[in-house]
Amino acid sequence: MPLYEAILLALGTIRAQKLKSFFSLIGAFIGVMFLIAVVSIVKGMDKYVQEDFAAKIFGINTFTVTRRPEVQFGEVSDAMRRAWRRRPQLYDEDFQAIRAALPPQFLVAIESDNQVEGVAGTKSSSYIQVSGVSEDLFRIRDYKVESGRLFSTEEITHGRPVVVIGRDVADSFFTGMDPVGRTLRLAGFPFTVVGVIEKQGKVFGISLDRFAIAPYTSEIKKVVNPHKVVDEIIVKAGTLDSMKIAQDVVQGIMRSRHHLRPEQDNDFSLTTQEDVLSFWAKISKVLYTALPLLVGVSLVVGGIVIMNIMLMAVAERTREIGIRKSLGARRRDILAQFLVEAATLSTTGAVAGIVAGLLLARLVKAVSPLPMGVSPMSIVIGILLGVGVGVIAGVYPASRAARLDPVAALRFE
Amino acid sequence: MSDTVIRTVGLTRDYPMGGEVVRALRGVDLEIPHNEFVAIMGPSGSGKSTLMNLIGCLDTPTAGQYWLAGTEVSRMSDDELAGVRNRQIGFVFQTFNLLPRASSLHNVELPLIYAGLKARDRRARAERALAAVGLADRMDHKPSELSGGQRQRVAIARALVTDPSIILADEPTGNLDSTTSEEIMKVFEELHRTSGQTIVMVTHEADIAKHAERVVTLHDGRISSDQLKAA
Repeated sequence: MPLYEAILLALGTIRAQKLKSFFSLIGAFIGVMFLIAVVSIVKGMDKYVQEDFAAKIFGINTFTVTRRPEVQFGEVSDAMRRAWRRRPQLYDEDFQAIRAALPPQFLVAIESDNQVEGVAGTKSSSYIQVSGVSEDLFRIRDYKVESGRLFSTEEITHGRPVVVIGRDVADSFFTGMDPVGRTLRLAGFPFTVVGVIEKQGKVFGISLDRFAIAPYTSEIKKVVNPHKVVDEIIVKAGTLDSMKIAQDVVQGIMRSRHHLRPEQDNDFSLTTQEDVLSFWAKISKVLYTALPLLVGVSLVVGGIVIMNIMLMAVAERTREIGIRKSLGARRRDILAQFLVEAATLSTTGAVAGIVAGLLLARLVKAVSPLPMGVSPMSIVIGILLGVGVGVIAGVYPASRAARLDPVAALRFE
Repeated sequence: MSDTVIRTVGLTRDYPMGGEVVRALRGVDLEIPHNEFVAIMGPSGSGKSTLMNLIGCLDTPTAGQYWLAGTEVSRMSDDELAGVRNRQIGFVFQTFNLLPRASSLHNVELPLIYAGLKARDRRARAERALAAVGLADRMDHKPSELSGGQRQRVAIARALVTDPSIILADEPTGNLDSTTSEEIMKVFEELHRTSGQTIVMVTHEADIAKHAERVVTLHDGRISSDQLKAA
């Protein structure tokens, strides 16, 4: 019997036994659905992390100096935590030393954050991300004002109560008016809004426009960087090579400031965009390692289900097999019929799984900030897995059907 | 010999049953020439079903030989026998043995599928066979939508469609009322008269057997009588 006719026959049988077919499909369906959904999501994340996240949040050719590592993967032991806690703080003076050591084409800034209450007129909000920063931060982040201006070196030197706000903050506190020149109280201290930064958009669904930036020398220092303790020092270089040189320089400065002997480890952390990326690479590697296991288990279960359903089908259709044999079906005809039926079942499941997986990825994309990226390869693999599982699961039932004795099969009630 | 379709020599079939051996056929010598309409009779347990299975190439003998249309088939493999069944034998069963979900047309096409015919040829031949048994207007009906007599006609069309050397009918009227039985027997007689089809029919009903030209009676696995009806 030609293959397409065998497939038509199999589809007819599947249609005739909808419920049973549904159960046999479900394993291949779930397995392939996971495959497609996870690959789509991970691939989307991949693209996102590389193209958007790392560049937007971190900046290119930029590294940070912090007391504790910014990204950490895997188990963090209590000993490590305690060691981090014992590390010295970063101070304004560290920043000054680094700034002095690096040539002017390197941008060096400090940034310290906190969540504070903001009040403007009758409106208030408890969670404003406020940063105390130094001047170069605007250039490192490539912030541009959409109205007003950024604050000046002089304002930083004198610790003036000026603030630059993000689009969302402007919208929520100064709905329908120009915020520039108005007063925004942050943690109880009055600040004059001098500028609004143009819209930055979202990363992972989190708005990048809910912030206020003030000079780190202003009153805000009491809540973000008290006693001249700063959160991070950011260094941006023009090129990757110069960034690496700057990292060495900064490391040397910090080690000497912390009086570390050569055999001692750094008691501060340098983090680059690369570190963020490799952190992500580790996560996606884990996902990709777990995926075959997940898919494999579903497919094995699905295969066993299909095998049992096919064994049942062979038993139920013993008479049909007898009839076919009496009419001249050879062993290989019967074998092929049941193999094709099993493969058609699982492939139908796989195709449904591909559709469902894509829908699932789309759903995840719609309700969460996670993006999706469809991998054509995963679809091909999904279909191949579907066919493969069916054929493997079908071999035993089909060979049993093929070996049936025609006389006994015809007598079967 | 050329007009002999079936020739068996010392055909024997034993079935192991538990520790014992049931000797269903104990050496049957039978010759059926081309164009004959033969009835095989006998009480239950006489071995007529066993003989039927052997003649139909559904089973192989324990001993003895069997030539079908000049070829010895008693030592063939399963797949070779499948080919013989497909080309040389048309079965008509007591319980019709149609595929319940398939239309009449598809049921009749079935042997042609295994013969490797193209869809177009299959359809044409199946339509012709159905028309020959008077079911031209029932091609798309499923067995459940047909009466018993109509189902048996579909089965006869299926047996005919490959143009086999013999039609082998196993109690073809066993599940039909007497009127319908007569109708079906007329179809067989018609086939025999117009196209000279060789028909071997197993039955235990004398009324049915009388439609045949020759009646072979089995008893305890042996032929006990073999009578030609006076023409």
